[in-house]
Amino acid sequence: MSHAGHRDDLLRVEDLTTRFYTEEGQVNAVESVSFDVRDNEILGIVGESGSGKSVTALSAIDLVDSPGKITGGEVWLRDAELAGEFRGDKPEAVDGDFVDLRQLPTGVRRALRGPKFSMIFQDPMSSFNPSLTVGEQIAEAVEVQRRASANPRSTRSRTQGYGLGKLLVDSVVPGRKYTSDESHERAIELLDQVGIPDPVERADEYPHQFSGGMLQRAMVAQALAGEPDVLFADEPTTALDVTIQAQILDLLRDIQQEQGMSVVLITHDLGVIARMCDRVGVMYAGEVVERGSLEAVFDDPTHPYTQGLLGSIPDVDDPAPRLEPIEGNVPNLLDSEMPDRCYFADRCPKAMEACLEHPEERAVEGDRRHTARCVLADDEYDPERALDESQFEGGDGE
Amino acid sequence: MSFDVETDEVEYEGSLVEVEDLEKYYYENDTLFDRVLGREPTAVRAVDGVSFEVQEGETLGLVGESGCGKSTTSETLLGLREATGGSVRFKGRDVFRMTGSERTEFRQDAQIVFQDPFSSLDPRMTVGEIVTEGLRIHGLAGGEERTERAKDLLERVGLSARHADRYPHEFSGGQRQRIGIARALALDPEFVVLDEPVSALDVSVQAQVLNLLEDLQEEFGLTYLFVAHDLSVVRHISDRVAVMYLGKVVETGPVDEIFENPQHPYTQALLDSVPRASVEEYGRRGGTLEGDVPSPRNPPPGCRFHTRCPHARDACTKELPPDYDTGERHEAACFRVDADHEYWESEPLPHASETGEGTSVGGGIADSSD
Repeated sequence: MSHAGHRDDLLRVEDLTTRFYTEEGQVNAVESVSFDVRDNEILGIVGESGSGKSVTALSAIDLVDSPGKITGGEVWLRDAELAGEFRGDKPEAVDGDFVDLRQLPTGVRRALRGPKFSMIFQDPMSSFNPSLTVGEQIAEAVEVQRRASANPRSTRSRTQGYGLGKLLVDSVVPGRKYTSDESHERAIELLDQVGIPDPVERADEYPHQFSGGMLQRAMVAQALAGEPDVLFADEPTTALDVTIQAQILDLLRDIQQEQGMSVVLITHDLGVIARMCDRVGVMYAGEVVERGSLEAVFDDPTHPYTQGLLGSIPDVDDPAPRLEPIEGNVPNLLDSEMPDRCYFADRCPKAMEACLEHPEERAVEGDRRHTARCVLADDEYDPERALDESQFEGGDGE
Repeated sequence: MSFDVETDEVEYEGSLVEVEDLEKYYYENDTLFDRVLGREPTAVRAVDGVSFEVQEGETLGLVGESGCGKSTTSETLLGLREATGGSVRFKGRDVFRMTGSERTEFRQDAQIVFQDPFSSLDPRMTVGEIVTEGLRIHGLAGGEERTERAKDLLERVGLSARHADRYPHEFSGGQRQRIGIARALALDPEFVVLDEPVSALDVSVQAQVLNLLEDLQEEFGLTYLFVAHDLSVVRHISDRVAVMYLGKVVETGPVDEIFENPQHPYTQALLDSVPRASVEEYGRRGGTLEGDVPSPRNPPPGCRFHTRCPHARDACTKELPPDYDTGERHEAACFRVDADHEYWESEPLPHASETGEGTSVGGGIADSSD
């Protein structure tokens, strides 16, 4: 495996593939996705619903649950310490300072969640436990990290749950509190850091007493508990109003700069991408169809899907008289219905005969920092070679 | 495809829809049990004195954040919810006092398309039945004629006639929203309320539906009330815009005026918050408003916006600002419009910035590190 990547790379994801085995059949949620995350940057992943952007993030940090399964690919993390540790035992999993997390034992991967990776989710209301105070839940995240750093290889989060058994044991053996006072104090510090007023009082409140924006701040605080190197933010502002969204985006940028961490920001909103991200990957039907710097992707989009996406959104400052939507619908990702050709060909205004073959990721006009999974990356559209409807077998566009 | 529902054309003066001081309160602690215990009912003022008008053939965009009362306003003005106060006139006639045939006619003339295409279609009815249910209820067409009409409608909204025998679960979100639109058109309405019709859709599908709505408006001469929280969509589709905050309309005006020359600080802040999809947006900070929207159970006195307004002064807490004329059919409920108001003499509130100048819309580009 050669890594001719950027010298600031912190995480390199290569050909990551995730399948879901459902009753209807195999779903190809993530299809050979590659991207890299550099030090101190915000990488955006944009796509419509069902494009696989959330599952991509979950796959990168190994959080895919049954019926899903990561079936292939490599996740290289730069960590000199880990690399040293595994150089002897698993030379194939080490490359310079990088280790391939997919080849490491589950326990080691698990220990990385928190100090290396962390994640915040779209819906803060359903991501918190309604029966525990916000402070307790953040303190728990802190406590897990403290115990882990005291004893790196045993990161059992809690030894018991919150059920009836715990209640009974607690009433018989009082004082078996999981979180320590130090963790609670740290939780209050974190709440203060994410801009929650009166953090001491708010820490003792329950999630339903928080507004959506405040709770999203609390989730950021929880994610910061392990001082992660990479924060995955999955649609962090989609459930929020636009004025609150602006506050949370400002907060994310401030935190990113203060902590010197990297953020992978997943969203469907091109405006959010433009405001926040240094580099962008565009996803369609489980694949990254185009990636590059913000300028390259927004000002010089190569893939017709990227062009279509940019053309579909009304401009708030300069409204066009008519929108130019992408025809048709987002495909479903059932393996049995995925064609061998380019997945976008049936909606693509520039489909050519060459598109009947599934395209590889290519450098756009020789620029390796800007790639597209499209024949147009190094070819001009030629109406002579255009694909006509009859060449799509069995697709009735439903 | 034309299908004339017989209506008596009536002459009326003014706008097609005139909403005046519309109020919709919900009461909590208002059960018999609460009264026995002597509890005072508390009012949740979802819509608190809203006035606007919609002229024939235009699209009025009603915009605001969640909980500002925009959906309640649209449902109340159609009579789907009982108003607590105020009046709505449709073609000059009071909607809340209509009876008998007048009311039946209003229910044909005014239709609604709901936000969620998944919960607003009956899963046990075929698409054909859903689309023509209005015709059946109003006894306007039967048998063959109704089937034909269903097919016409489906084709008009970009589906195909053979979809009529299928069920809603077989369709994607965008297609379902088209079914909802076909249903609203079945009775040849004049006025259609579109309650967040595209906010559940992906952007590429959203653009298709917006284009369809514009085509239908032109073809059938429809008047739209377009309720939405997405400012770019509102700018795209509206002729005039009304901005709501906490149960009140704070600013109304022609679309270009509202977006290029906003007068109310809330409108300015909303516009400032929207992330633009262009490279110039990079690094711009949009968080000009602090805090959250207050609860409509206990709205702040005076101007509803003073708790978050960057220009709030003492005067704003005392008195509710009236609607000031700020130009051609452009009104804003803010004392700052009135150069002689005592607002200018009063003390700024602690949270408000001293500078007091309008927030800039558009991008400052921050450090773009390599």
